[in-house]
Amino acid sequence: MQAYTERIREAAKRLLSDGKVDVVIGFRKGTIPFMNEPYLAKTAEQVDQLVWDGNCGVNLANYLPKRTDRVAVVAKGCDSRNIVEHIVENQIKREQLHILGAPCKGMIDKRRIKAELKGKEPTSVEETEGEIEIKGRDLKLTLNRSDFLQENCAICIHRNPVLYDDLVGDLVEEQKDVDRYADVRQVEAMSTEEKWRHFDDLIAGCIRCYACRNACPACYCPTCFVDESRPQWVGKTIDPTDTRTFHFLRAYHLAGRCTDCGACERSCPVDIKMRQFTKKLEKDVKELFDYEAGINPEMRPALDFYRPDDPQAFIK
Amino acid sequence: MSNWEPKIIAFLCNWCSYGAADLAGVSRMQYPPNFRVIRVPCTGRINPKFILSALRHGADGVWVSGCHPGDCHYIEGNLYARRKFALLKNLLEHTGIEPKRLHFSWISSAEATKFADVAREVIRTVKEAGPAQHFIKKQAEVA
Repeated sequence: MQAYTERIREAAKRLLSDGKVDVVIGFRKGTIPFMNEPYLAKTAEQVDQLVWDGNCGVNLANYLPKRTDRVAVVAKGCDSRNIVEHIVENQIKREQLHILGAPCKGMIDKRRIKAELKGKEPTSVEETEGEIEIKGRDLKLTLNRSDFLQENCAICIHRNPVLYDDLVGDLVEEQKDVDRYADVRQVEAMSTEEKWRHFDDLIAGCIRCYACRNACPACYCPTCFVDESRPQWVGKTIDPTDTRTFHFLRAYHLAGRCTDCGACERSCPVDIKMRQFTKKLEKDVKELFDYEAGINPEMRPALDFYRPDDPQAFIK
Repeated sequence: MSNWEPKIIAFLCNWCSYGAADLAGVSRMQYPPNFRVIRVPCTGRINPKFILSALRHGADGVWVSGCHPGDCHYIEGNLYARRKFALLKNLLEHTGIEPKRLHFSWISSAEATKFADVAREVIRTVKEAGPAQHFIKKQAEVA
């Protein structure tokens, strides 16, 4: 991890002092453990704040749409796929970008760590290749890193960036034989009524803060459907039907675009597993149209494209 | 609720299925009057929001009908729509809407018989599903 940090700083310094880019988007340490914050370094002096470790789960592609300057961005596998999406959807030009690819071994789920700490406050965290060492008052804990990954990272099959100009570390081995859709199949096996109740319970705690929407790099509409008032498609209350409509449409808008980066779940203040909506769509898009989001900048998105022989068994 | 009759929202393409409905009418074909037609310029014009909106307003079923693939007035609108609806239908069913409430068909403006057949079929299956229970936005009661 330290090696990544050094190479990111070195690359950022070089790019900024050569005048190749106007800004480098990366991470700096947050004010509390297990939280890094996105940071836009604009001068060579600011570069020394950039860091890299297992708490860089925020998707940096979110900071790219509609930028007009030249940008260097640190990109994990999922970030790079979202950058490809942005290029395909004309949100930013490839020429503006200098992508610092960061092969990724998964990001740490701070909620799982918190559960493990049982209320104790961590003050310092050291991360090595395979372990996380946590220290604090009456607290000394060494955890196996791979047991505390975000759920989407544990089943990730695109750890290496798909598009990059420089790498800040060696390419990692992709995970094979992972079952990406175990939870989707579990829901598919339920009866209609059970499904409805399952999703009702899933989103019951939603306070409609829209953190999931704001954290999502693919959500960049100038006016979101939840803010439209003429006509109003979804009410602004936490009425169960409105909440359901919001989650349903938010997910549907990501059909064939979601890269399962986990930014939505990571940002949720009430721990809603909204990836269950988007993963069903991801599975369908893969099965019906053989398309994966953000892999190939030459390919049109799944819903902006058709084949004459697309499946239509459901149409009379 | 023995005399309950379903309310179905039918989105019909102006260039085909709407014409088929017209032809079925002038040909005096009989089918139950359970659906309310919304004329759209093309199935590609239908935003999934429309379908959700219908359900939110208490529709018991939704029926979308457009031109056969290759016959679209706008060349390819129905082909994009086909992809949209495949995903929408799957996601709605995945989250707990009965499959019997969602219907899609291709009916050209000459196929009045098919239109009447499908209409009867749609109404029959929605009836089987019973009154809609989910996704309905309760309207505030105003005195």
